[in-house]
Amino acid sequence: MGMRGKVLGLTGDEAVAYAIKQVEPDVVAAYPITPQTIIVERISEYVANGEIKTEYIAVESEHSAMSACIGAAAVGARAFTATASAGLAFMWETLYIAASCRLPIVMAIVNRALSAPINIHCDHSDSMGARDSGWIQIYCENSQEAYDAAIQAWKIAEHPDVLLPVMFCLDGFVLSHTLENVHTLPDEDVKEFIGERKFVKVRSHEGREVPFVLDPENPITIGPLDLYDFYFEHKRQQVEAMKNAKKVIVDVGREYGKISGREYGLLEPYKLESAEVAIVGLGSTMGTAKVVVDKLREKGRKVGLLKIRAFRPFPYEEVIKELEHVEVIGVLDRSLSFGAQGGPLFLEIRSAFYDFERRPLISNYVYGLGGRDMPPDLIMQIFDDLEKIKEKGRVDVLLKFIGLRE
Amino acid sequence: MTERLPGWRDIPIGGVAFKPSEEYKTGDWRVFRPVLNKEKCNRCYLCHFYCPEGAIKVLDTGDIEIDYDYCKGCLICVNECPRGALESVQE
Ligand code: SF4
Ligand code: SF4
Repeated sequence: MGMRGKVLGLTGDEAVAYAIKQVEPDVVAAYPITPQTIIVERISEYVANGEIKTEYIAVESEHSAMSACIGAAAVGARAFTATASAGLAFMWETLYIAASCRLPIVMAIVNRALSAPINIHCDHSDSMGARDSGWIQIYCENSQEAYDAAIQAWKIAEHPDVLLPVMFCLDGFVLSHTLENVHTLPDEDVKEFIGERKFVKVRSHEGREVPFVLDPENPITIGPLDLYDFYFEHKRQQVEAMKNAKKVIVDVGREYGKISGREYGLLEPYKLESAEVAIVGLGSTMGTAKVVVDKLREKGRKVGLLKIRAFRPFPYEEVIKELEHVEVIGVLDRSLSFGAQGGPLFLEIRSAFYDFERRPLISNYVYGLGGRDMPPDLIMQIFDDLEKIKEKGRVDVLLKFIGLRE
Repeated sequence: MTERLPGWRDIPIGGVAFKPSEEYKTGDWRVFRPVLNKEKCNRCYLCHFYCPEGAIKVLDTGDIEIDYDYCKGCLICVNECPRGALESVQE
C-alpha cells in the first residue's frame, strides 16, 4: 500500500508542482513574477518540455490569473493557479466570483505576510484574509501534505454536492523553499483517482436541464445581475455547499488513504488522550509542536495538540469532540484581526465551545508574524503558560504575543 | 410584484439564469416616457438604432413602436430624433 510511487527530494513548491504535473490540468494561469512562487515556474518548465499538455497562460496580474481560471473552469476545463501574499490580495474581487459562480478551481497559496512594511516571509495574513470569500481552505503541515492536498483538492472541489474552489496553503519558505522527502504516487494512480471532470445539470433560461458548463450547443448564463430578489438565495446555496464539503473532505481523505497509505480528515489530533492542556493551530508550526509534545509527554506532562487541516469549512463539532476533556486550550494564530478579541483561529475555537456545557479555559497566542521564528522553546513556554492557567483556574490575559520583543 | 419567487433549493446554482431576460421587465425603472407624435415622424429610424435597450421596433407598416415594458426612459431617442417627433412626458 502506497509503496508503488517514488520518494523524491522536493521543496514544498516542487512537491505541489509535481502533483499538478501528474494531475495535468487543462489550464494553468499565473502571474510569473513577485510575489509568485516556484510552483508555477516548475509547471511552466513541464509545459515547455512537452511533459504535459496543459495550456499555460502567463498573465499580467493575479487579478487576471484568477479571471483566466474562472473563464477556463466555466467552459469545463480544470484550472489551477498559485500565488502568495500581495498576489492573493490582488485577486480579491475574483476570488468571490470564482466561489459564487461555483467553479471548482484549485489554487496553491504559499502563505506570506502582507505589506507594509514590506516582508516576504511566512505568516497567514494572506489566506486568513480570504477566509470569507467562499473558498475551501486546507492548511498543510509539511510538503508531503501539500503534495497530497494538491491531488485531493480536485476531487473535493468538483464533487457535485460541493462545487466550490479550493485553496490549499503551505507556509512560505518554511515549507515552500525547504527540501523534504516526499512520497509520490505513480502518474496513473493520480489520474485514476482524479478521473474526468463531470458536470451537474442545471435549468437553463430556455427551461431545459443542461450541463453546468458554458457550451454553445446548450447555452447558459453564469453569474449575471442578481439583485435583492435572488442574490440572498444564491448565498444560501454556498452555505449549503460548504456544509456538504465537510463530509466530502473526509470521504476524499479516506479514499486517498487507500491508494497512498496516508489518510486525511478535517483535523488531526496528536496525543490528546488524557491531555489536560492542549494547543490548537495549523500549518508547519504543528510539526515543531509535535516534537515539543513528545518531549513533555516523556516527562509525564499531560499535553497534546490539535492540528486544524480544514479551516473552511470549519469543523466545529469535530473540534469539540477532540477537545472536550481538555481543561485549558491555547490557540496559536499566525495572523491578526486588528481590533478583534484574538486571531481568526481563536475566534472560531472560542465560538465552537460557547454551546458546550463544560467550557474549557481558552487563551490566544499570536506568533510568527512576518516570518518570526517559532522554535521549540517558545512552544514549550506556551505549554508552561497553559499549565499555569490551569492551576490558577482563569485566563488573565486573553491575547499574548509569542516571540515579540517588549 | 406579487408573484411568489422560488426558494434557494429551487433555483440553479452559480447564478445561472433560469428564465430568459425578456421576463425581466425594466420598464418600471422609467421616470420619463418618450411619446411618439406620428404626424411628425419621417421614419428615419434613428431612434430605433440609437435605443440602447432595443425597445423601439420597426413594424411591418414601417411605423415605429416603443415597447414600454423595456423602455427605461433614458430619452436618447428624444434627443436624437431630427423631427422632434418624440416628446418626453413624466410618468
Ligand atoms: S427612452 Fe431610451 S430606452 Fe426608452 S425608447 Fe427611448 S432610447 Fe429607448
Ligand atoms: S427618430 Fe424621430 S423621425 Fe426618426 S423614426 Fe424615430 S421618431 Fe421617427
